[in-house]
Amino acid sequence: MPATQKAPVLVTLQLSGGNDYLNTVIPFNDPLYRDNRPAVGIPDDKILKFDKTYGFNPSMAPLKKVWDQGKLAIVHGVGYPNSPRSHFRSMDIWHTCEPEKVGTQGWLGQVAREYDPKKENVVTTVSFGPSLFRALVAPGVPVACVAGPLEKYGFLPNIQERTQRLQVLDRFAKMYSPVAGSGVMEYLGTTGLDSLKGADILKVAPQKYASTVKYPDTPIARKLKGIAQVHFADLGSRIFYCDHGSFDTHAGQNPGHGNLWAAVCEGLEAFMADLREHDHSDNVLILLFSEFGRRVHDNGSGTDHGAAGPVFLMGDHVKGGHYGEYPSLKAEKLVQGDLNPSTDFRSVYSTILEKWLKVNPNSITGGRFEQTAFLN
Amino acid sequence: MAYQEDIALMAHLMRRAGFGAGRDELEARVAKGYQATVEELLHPETQPAVDDYTLLRYQPAALLPGGQPPMGNVNIMYHLVNTKRPLEEKMALFWHHVFATGNSKVDNYDQLLSQIGLFRERGMGDYRALLLTIARNPTMIFWLDNNENHGTAVNENWGRELLELFSLGVGAYTEKDVREASRAFTGWTFETKIPRLPYGRFPWKFEYRPEDHDDGEKEFLGHRGRFNGEDIIDIVVEQPACARFVCRHLYNFFVADEPQVPAWSIEAPRDQKAIDTLTAAFRQSRFDIRSVLRVLFNSSFFKEARFKHLKSPAEVVVGSLRFVGGQELPRPGYGDLSMQPAYMGQDLLNPPSVEGWHTGPEWINSGSLMARINFVASLVGDPSLPGVRAIIDRLKSKGSLSPEQLVDGCLDLLGPVEVSAETRQELVAQAKEWGQTGWASETSAKTADKRVGEMLQLIVATREYQFA
Repeated sequence: MPATQKAPVLVTLQLSGGNDYLNTVIPFNDPLYRDNRPAVGIPDDKILKFDKTYGFNPSMAPLKKVWDQGKLAIVHGVGYPNSPRSHFRSMDIWHTCEPEKVGTQGWLGQVAREYDPKKENVVTTVSFGPSLFRALVAPGVPVACVAGPLEKYGFLPNIQERTQRLQVLDRFAKMYSPVAGSGVMEYLGTTGLDSLKGADILKVAPQKYASTVKYPDTPIARKLKGIAQVHFADLGSRIFYCDHGSFDTHAGQNPGHGNLWAAVCEGLEAFMADLREHDHSDNVLILLFSEFGRRVHDNGSGTDHGAAGPVFLMGDHVKGGHYGEYPSLKAEKLVQGDLNPSTDFRSVYSTILEKWLKVNPNSITGGRFEQTAFLN
Repeated sequence: MAYQEDIALMAHLMRRAGFGAGRDELEARVAKGYQATVEELLHPETQPAVDDYTLLRYQPAALLPGGQPPMGNVNIMYHLVNTKRPLEEKMALFWHHVFATGNSKVDNYDQLLSQIGLFRERGMGDYRALLLTIARNPTMIFWLDNNENHGTAVNENWGRELLELFSLGVGAYTEKDVREASRAFTGWTFETKIPRLPYGRFPWKFEYRPEDHDDGEKEFLGHRGRFNGEDIIDIVVEQPACARFVCRHLYNFFVADEPQVPAWSIEAPRDQKAIDTLTAAFRQSRFDIRSVLRVLFNSSFFKEARFKHLKSPAEVVVGSLRFVGGQELPRPGYGDLSMQPAYMGQDLLNPPSVEGWHTGPEWINSGSLMARINFVASLVGDPSLPGVRAIIDRLKSKGSLSPEQLVDGCLDLLGPVEVSAETRQELVAQAKEWGQTGWASETSAKTADKRVGEMLQLIVATREYQFA
């Protein structure tokens, strides 16, 4: 648990599109790995072997460093029964913990509501991505969605002259004052004012920021840098979210898949160095997940939609190591050609919710799930 | 005043049946007449098609973009921005929304664009024929796994969505009907795909395999026989639920926001009489969409539904680009432009699921609201763009403007946009900070241009402007 009084923060990095498990955490001793990957297998001498059984994709060197420091937990075989193998549906299930019906509330949206039931801080949740992730959605919960660079975040960025800008944003606020009971107009009003307020608060973050860390020039690194800036500004943000993709490597998996991981790992390396430089790492937990893994046997140039995948957790309080079981690659153990999940994703959530975020997990995950011991 | 009302009504028609229009076009159309304009829109063949050669000259990769965005988006955006047949494109979007097929699985924009082409071509024709065409569309077959639907092993994906999302809606059929419909479509597949390498992608082709078809007797919606897929469609289109379902979709898209489709089996339509009028036209014309649209656009329920529809991201982006002008050529940078609807929550050619997009207020969240406002503001705030210039020139011709005149002039020429008294008061208060706006001297003209741009930005940021 955090040794300090600082409130715990969760940074989620979503690997959108379905990350290939087998070429991420490679079971290099298993002859079935070679058998199933005639086209997209990673040559043995390129694999970054980190113990006697498993190795990382060659582009994941920065993550191997974290592993070597004992700060990376790999939860194996994560998924849920009857994977639909649809991006949307599967992502939805991960976002809402509702495998049976279409969920309306995101798991992290519910956390944000618990943290800030009176909506006193509109930047409790800050998301970096082009659209709002369903994991963050809950009725009445504001989310600051930063689509472009944080420096330009806000309404009407083209009106920059100071007095003009203040006046215009003041008009905006007045025009959006929600009239109770006016339905859609009220909803628009609340949404508009929340984003306006959020922009106002967040704009101080890049101004206050100074660092010697150089982030790579990639979309994911820019998002992570934005997260660092907001986190360092101590604005009370607890839930950060960003994504990278598309991991939907049906074709041209090599080198596509490696390039994706290179961007993610190099971005994370800079991010974690930045956290340490600013003495802001001890209350951060980083979660990486994807909506599903990919088909065990390759298709000649890529891999198709599968089921189980790995979840990664990183941070000062993470107890590094393997958790759960790598599902068997044996043909008779596969489900429609896919790895059979051995860990329910809600077990991972449940652990994070109770042990890290300190909220009751059961109502959010929709039941009791066995927890894993990846946190100190 | 009567003329102003004609302009407002024409602006409404063009926003809904197209992507809006500037003042010059509205005036020309009013001179031509409302009904005549409706007829022109209903007959796109009277207008020239989009010049694909220009697209290919600038963006050759948009011809057969494969599975990678944004070239597929570039292709569709170019058509949306340049079309002289706005209702044809609008109907293509409509059917894309109903028969929602996405690149997330299809992984092939060539196929998706060809499906859009089919909607352009047949979107205002016979719904029965359209349904049959889509049942034979290899992209749809792949999207809903009908190639996995075999005589010996039924896959219900297509059979179910045909009834649930494409024709009848939940509640108008049983699980047995789903099963039987699926059986009837066994053997409807596509020719073995030619491998992509080394020559690139080849178009997919429909194939009927009689040996894989379950030719046994089926019982479907009270009918019995050795039905094949076409028989199922014949039975489906005659169902009263089918007319209601299609017309409610048209109402939601063209008239006013309805709840999301999954709620239709429990929530009554917002205007039952309007739906009745449309369903009558649907049945009398034997499923002719053009006839339904003619009734719709000429009805009073349509004319009275001004600003009752929250603009979809495609409507926001395309409408703004067409309004400001100067965006006709697909120059470098068009890729990002074509992804704008995606940033606002509507990734064209890649809907979130077969259910299509959730519409109305669900388009809006704190992220998408900012994205749409800022995008439109960046355009209307740029006086070098022809559509913005046209507004400035019209205002300029009125001489020096009082704050009220500036606000009302901008509201008028941007739409006309109708705003609440409170909103107008704020706009006027802002204009009062600036005093008179005039173009008498060179310096004042420069300031005046800037003021108009800022006022337009403030207007597109209003809640009211999010509606069409």
